[in-house]
Amino acid sequence: MPDNRFEPRIVAFLCNWCTYTGADLAGTSRLQYPPNVRIIRLMCSGAVDSSYVLKPLLDGADGVLIGGCHPGDCHYQEGNYKARRRIAILEETLKAMGFEGDRVMLRWISASEGGKFAETIKEFTEKMRAKGPAPTKQLWAL
Amino acid sequence: MNGLFPVENNNVRLAVSALLTKVLQSGLVDALLVPLRNPAGDAVTPALVKNPALLAEADPLAPVLPVNGARLASLLTQHSPRPRLGVVMRSCEIRALVELVKLQQASLEGMTLVGVDCTGTYEVPDYAKIAKGTDAATLALRPACEMCEYPAPAVANADIVIQQIGVDNSTALHVEAKGGWPELLGLTETPPNGRADALGKLVTQRSAKRDAVFAEMQAQVNSPEKLAAMFSTCIRCHNCMTNCPICYCKTCFFKTNIFDHEPMQFMAWAERKGATRMPADTVLFHLTRMNHMSTSCIGCGLCTSACPVDINVGAAFRTVAAKTQAVFNYVAGRSVDDPIPVKNFEVNELQQLGER
Repeated sequence: MPDNRFEPRIVAFLCNWCTYTGADLAGTSRLQYPPNVRIIRLMCSGAVDSSYVLKPLLDGADGVLIGGCHPGDCHYQEGNYKARRRIAILEETLKAMGFEGDRVMLRWISASEGGKFAETIKEFTEKMRAKGPAPTKQLWAL
Repeated sequence: MNGLFPVENNNVRLAVSALLTKVLQSGLVDALLVPLRNPAGDAVTPALVKNPALLAEADPLAPVLPVNGARLASLLTQHSPRPRLGVVMRSCEIRALVELVKLQQASLEGMTLVGVDCTGTYEVPDYAKIAKGTDAATLALRPACEMCEYPAPAVANADIVIQQIGVDNSTALHVEAKGGWPELLGLTETPPNGRADALGKLVTQRSAKRDAVFAEMQAQVNSPEKLAAMFSTCIRCHNCMTNCPICYCKTCFFKTNIFDHEPMQFMAWAERKGATRMPADTVLFHLTRMNHMSTSCIGCGLCTSACPVDINVGAAFRTVAAKTQAVFNYVAGRSVDDPIPVKNFEVNELQQLGER
């Protein structure tokens, strides 16, 4: 990075059929987006357990993104509905236990929405940059 | 029907024993799951009873909760063949059982549920002292009981309810029963009494305490640092999870080799933050458990009672549970017909999540 400004570290759990493919489309379309994101591919957003989101947050990630198919379009029919409920529960848990709820983002991005993927990464990276480094980066005693 | 059951010599406990003997001998149950006085004299522990003579030692009104009976009822009904059980439990145990039924870990098939009013319980070692003569007034109720707003079992979920709150049982035991039970027990009908008022007052008092605990928790745990501080003394014994009636996983994934990380993985974490607490992932354990079971938390507080380092786990979990259950307008333990949040979804709900 050229200057000393804070570079957020985003971890993204993307569903294979929609969002990961959409990210791939962003790549083949040569759309630019910030390199701050580390992508982890799963077969479905419904396979995301809350602990997968909590671990990076506790380890010091500045933001965690979960990407899935739009409701109604899940490759496995219902996975994204379950993901939606789990993220709703996760957001309440985080807020109640002293975390900033907006370091977790759920977004539906389809395989054809390469542009939306790039925009989402840009948007999330800048939001996390504005928020500053996650307080968990300094906490070894978690 | 509200009714009375005879009490002799002002001995309420033996009147309860006599009532339970009628249940066991009714032909409708094969055995009773009921707290019995332990022969050692300092404990009351649940037992699966077949011999009615042993019901002379029954003491379901004893103010102690060593284990959540729902866990035991689950063991006894989780698959066929199963006995027709009579189960004698207080409200938090019944509510936990309702959740376990919805999680397919227990069955109400053929079960006769006898609920008892509960005015609160003492920690197991404190009850041992009370049983040996210490004045209960010098000891405190378990923290979970002080904020429990469900001291009476919901009649919808029980066949028989033995009342204590707002009634004087010294000459006759106040019982509410439905179906064929009033006749089988030989209850004399009695008009409703001061119980509703007394119950209302107790619930108001307990709800205020609950709200105060929630407010204090929210004020105190307002950063990840404060959250870490709450679990600074956690020794990862997992007693909280083991004693939780809702945590039914035969093997918690925190006990699997997923968490036997490679040595160099620990080194990488230590490198990143300068140090890593060992064993690692303590706050992760508690937050994950909150996410997995808080929508079914019924607030029995056995997590706090079981913690060897006095962390008020139950206060934190109930605070989170109130929030996570509210997302779905769900009240854990209220009814077997309420769809449990972790197993259901609606196509059109939470529409603000996931959209730009």
